[in-house]
Amino acid sequence: MKSLWSRLGWGARIALGVIIAYFAVAVYGEVNYRMAKARDVTPSYNVVHEELRYQPPSLAHPLGTDNLGRDVTQRLVQGARIAFHVGIMTSLIAIPLGVVLGLLGGYFGGKVDSLVVWLCATVASMPGLLFILAISMVVGQGLLGIYMGIGLTTWVGVCRTIRAEVMKHRDRAYVQAARVLGYSHMRIMFRHILPNVAHIILIQFSIRFPSAVATEVFISFLGIGVQGEPSWGIMINNARLRLWQGVWWEMTAVTMAIFVLVLVFNHLADALRDALDPALRSERA
Amino acid sequence: MLRYIARRILELIPTTFGIIILTFVLFHVVGGSPAEVVLGKNATKESIAAFNKKYGYDKPLLVNTRPAESFFDSQFFNFVGNLAKGELGVSTEYDEPVADVLKRGVGPSLTLTVPILIGGTIIALSLALVCAAFRGGFWDKATLVASTVLMSVNYVVWVLAGQFILAYKCGLFPIWGYESAVYLVLPVLIGVFSSLGADVRFFRTAVLDEIYKPYVRTAQAKGLSRVRILVKHVLRNALIPVVTYISLAIPHLFTGSLLLESFFGIPGLGNVSINAIHSSDMAVVRAIVVLGALLYQFVNLVTDLAYAWLDPRVRLG
Repeated sequence: MKSLWSRLGWGARIALGVIIAYFAVAVYGEVNYRMAKARDVTPSYNVVHEELRYQPPSLAHPLGTDNLGRDVTQRLVQGARIAFHVGIMTSLIAIPLGVVLGLLGGYFGGKVDSLVVWLCATVASMPGLLFILAISMVVGQGLLGIYMGIGLTTWVGVCRTIRAEVMKHRDRAYVQAARVLGYSHMRIMFRHILPNVAHIILIQFSIRFPSAVATEVFISFLGIGVQGEPSWGIMINNARLRLWQGVWWEMTAVTMAIFVLVLVFNHLADALRDALDPALRSERA
Repeated sequence: MLRYIARRILELIPTTFGIIILTFVLFHVVGGSPAEVVLGKNATKESIAAFNKKYGYDKPLLVNTRPAESFFDSQFFNFVGNLAKGELGVSTEYDEPVADVLKRGVGPSLTLTVPILIGGTIIALSLALVCAAFRGGFWDKATLVASTVLMSVNYVVWVLAGQFILAYKCGLFPIWGYESAVYLVLPVLIGVFSSLGADVRFFRTAVLDEIYKPYVRTAQAKGLSRVRILVKHVLRNALIPVVTYISLAIPHLFTGSLLLESFFGIPGLGNVSINAIHSSDMAVVRAIVVLGALLYQFVNLVTDLAYAWLDPRVRLG
């Protein structure tokens, strides 16, 4: 860990700082949400204030208000909360699934590997966005549909990279030594090989997270998925028509919030790749 | 070579089977009948039953063990059988065969997506080549930063901002519609620029991987000009990952861009998909998913065969 930190340049460190800031905001939003739910009260970001509609940014409302008089800043905070929910939950589905299948396929080879490759090829053939939308529709409204949809389609990328890496390790001396020592396959896979491919998991997470957030924005924008809670996608949808009426603050605030988060994550992903896996360098000097 | 072709074609079978099973599980097993959603909250039991009978959702899922009916008269076998015949079901929204709906939509989608692919690839590849030629310099670093920034802008924002700023505020392009070629310019521009960031980064990596190979240094030592090396030697070899990347995009040519078509009113498959999703027109969504997946399989096969023809090393693997 220490050596990783020293290998990240200043850009990546700032990116990490921004992500942590976003996370703190999301946590605050979560606390807000839970408290409102516990008290069975409409949360402050959902309360309609007819008289405060379309207020431009001011001291009381730093980012203005939307068409129902709700504070844009507070709704943005909730959007961050939902974005982190989506990013973390989809990673929790996609990454374990991809890692386990990648390990099994890469390590055992033969029929097991053929099965894993078949599974990957089948899921990867599906037209991505449409498949996610279809899963979200079928599983039902709400965040669970989005988690399942994105998680069940993006695991393939994780699986393929892990499998490729595991296949390189399979014939290494330390694995052969472990076999000779009589260790079981499970033990070798999870206690010996897995730590050596763990850096890929980190890189994959840093790629999947912004991708999941962006996809959620897209899906929510289309009206599928989250209802009631102000996700960034829904906010963009609401802000769209207001933009043509001259209300610029809502749209600008949401797009900037999404843009900054995705940008810093992309930058972090690049830096992690450069630091952790020389074979996958995105930049050459 | 022939063995490789035969092997690849044989591999199509389990994957095609997998696609059909996956689609069936998603739409019939998990999804079930869209009767309640399509008919609305006040649907009576009779109307739901009639809906199910009309669209075949009253049959058992896998095999039919009812007394008077054929063993193979189940949702699964009907689905596969119809697919083989080319019958993709009936659209609940348009009340016509899905195949007709799709046929209408493919054309407009292609008029949008093909220019985006061609234009986008030419621009991205040119930029990547320039970056690789001047690697490490200001232009290279600037393009890399710009690409990362462009890549981070959400697709939705590209479409909205493009439409708002260029069409509404500046009045340079028509805002909506599909009357003539002019109506396609803005959506194509937006499509090109939204994918430019990721494309340039990828192509640049592909070209750079090639440039660092020993044969390029040999060519330089022999005295070939940098341009000649780039265009005549490096580009050809770097084209392999580039071709993979592009071929991955081919199925999307047909399924169309969901957002662009919906926002600019282009009556392509993307628009059809979105309407189908909103109206729970399962038959249409199912058809597009299955066809898209099968098309991807086919394009993959053609690409792999093209590789084997281009690169002898592949045939031995």
